[in-house]
Amino acid sequence: MLTKEQVITWLTLCHEVLEENKTWLTQLDTAIGDADHGNNMNRGFKKVYAQLDAIKDKDIGAIFKATAMTLISTVGGASGPLYGTFFLQAGNKLAGKEELTDNDVAIMLRAGLDGVVMRGKAQAGDKTMVDVLIPVTESVEQDINAGTPLAEALAKAVEVAEQGVKDTIPLVAKKGRASYLGERSRGHQDPGATSSRLIIEALFNASR
Amino acid sequence: MKKLINHPDNVIKEQLEGMQAAHADLIKVNFEPYYITRAGGPVKGKVALISGGGSGHEPMHGGFVGHGMLHAACPGEVFTSPTPDQMHEAAKAANGGAGVLNIVKNYTGDVMNFEMAAELAIAEGIQVQNIVIDDDVAVKDSLYTAGRRGVGATVLIEKICGAASEEGYDLKAVSELCRTLNQNARSMGMALTSCITPANGSPSFEIGDDEMEIGIGIHGEPGIQREKIKSVDEITEMMTVGILEDGAYSRKLKEWDHDKGEWVEVEYVDQPFKKGDNVIAFVNSMGGTPVSELYGVYRKMAQVTDKFGIKIVRNLIGPYITSLEMQGCSITLMKVDDKMVKLWDAPVYTPGLKWGM
Repeated sequence: MLTKEQVITWLTLCHEVLEENKTWLTQLDTAIGDADHGNNMNRGFKKVYAQLDAIKDKDIGAIFKATAMTLISTVGGASGPLYGTFFLQAGNKLAGKEELTDNDVAIMLRAGLDGVVMRGKAQAGDKTMVDVLIPVTESVEQDINAGTPLAEALAKAVEVAEQGVKDTIPLVAKKGRASYLGERSRGHQDPGATSSRLIIEALFNASR
Repeated sequence: MKKLINHPDNVIKEQLEGMQAAHADLIKVNFEPYYITRAGGPVKGKVALISGGGSGHEPMHGGFVGHGMLHAACPGEVFTSPTPDQMHEAAKAANGGAGVLNIVKNYTGDVMNFEMAAELAIAEGIQVQNIVIDDDVAVKDSLYTAGRRGVGATVLIEKICGAASEEGYDLKAVSELCRTLNQNARSMGMALTSCITPANGSPSFEIGDDEMEIGIGIHGEPGIQREKIKSVDEITEMMTVGILEDGAYSRKLKEWDHDKGEWVEVEYVDQPFKKGDNVIAFVNSMGGTPVSELYGVYRKMAQVTDKFGIKIVRNLIGPYITSLEMQGCSITLMKVDDKMVKLWDAPVYTPGLKWGM
């Protein structure tokens, strides 16, 4: 189970971890993108964090929707609509919830992933954030279905996410600005996959 | 980093304050959220042309708001797409009742943000179309990439479609013209140096003193290939021939289907240039290359087009779609008919482009 306090903690940790890793994410994006991913994600989650006090008493669906609107209006680039859509779709599925069951967490990830794929049209292996979100969602769904406790399922999801990030290194990008580099995108870790891994790790830390 | 700035966080705001102070007769800047409209407010009964994108490409797009060109522009952070809320507010402020045409450069972020903005406007009953501009021939295929980038053609298209709106074209007709112009245009860019965004403070890519980057976009991202620098004649010939010999280009673009009420993917095929075509030729500076060198490029480009039997009927030379202080240039050729030339010649009065009035 994830309480509302833990959901707030997750979003707070997202802000902290993206602030800490701002420069690193931008460096990754300098190699194969346009050198703004860390700055953009940090700007977005800083604003999410700043409004948490004002929305913390709403239901979890509404908290996610408010988070989505903030990300959509502050992040810009491709990450704004993509992460915004993740939280928007998750929020739609979890409307009215005051706490999340283990299964709700799996539902949240699936709804978020489907939203990202709908908006960005990326497939597995395109060297994008879905190369982390797909295996993470599948892993959590399997574990929750098998009755694994949430924290344990999410601990494994962090490992799966880390592997997903590593697996983007040899890939040639087919979506986003990195795709213009063709073969030259090979050998670099995808910044979007990396920020997704940080967000999943924050979720695990909030669940403990 | 050496830049004429106060604090990196305030660059966009202060730039917009400066634009407002300088051009209060032409434009009105809204600060929360950021968008620029014409000083006179919405133009009743005319299709509102809106564009936007990351900042750092000045004078595009804010400098093209005014009579005969755009009705509104949405500036993002440097090299970062603006956001749907900005675009939506701009659409509401600029709509004169005849609908809104969003002119969108083909970058993943810009396309997604403008789609969300269009959805918001449609939900409020505003007629909207999004036309994606993708003219950069350095990107060869659309299957394994995000497709050709929107570059120099954007400036020419905003001018011509702006004139069409002034003439009273309806949304469908302006959209059709915009689509056709995009299919008629091809561009290629190159860089001698990188550029530095204020937020990062270091070059977007490293490049040696004797190297150049071919096939760049406009965001300081590396290009398609790195080569030893050559003479302006050799570089210009390679770029111009690259544009003129580019084959048919096919891709699917998303547009709003007003009858179905949903996004549809439409396949469009650009046909190659052929002998006897009339073109507008645009030689653009990436920001750091002086106009004197652009004329060197124009000189050779005109020789090459002549050899191919292509006739330059109008031209534009200067820094209009830039990448901050990057040294480099781009060439755009756009096939035009007499009607398009007439729209090109029509009066325009914006901070960045003025003639005929």
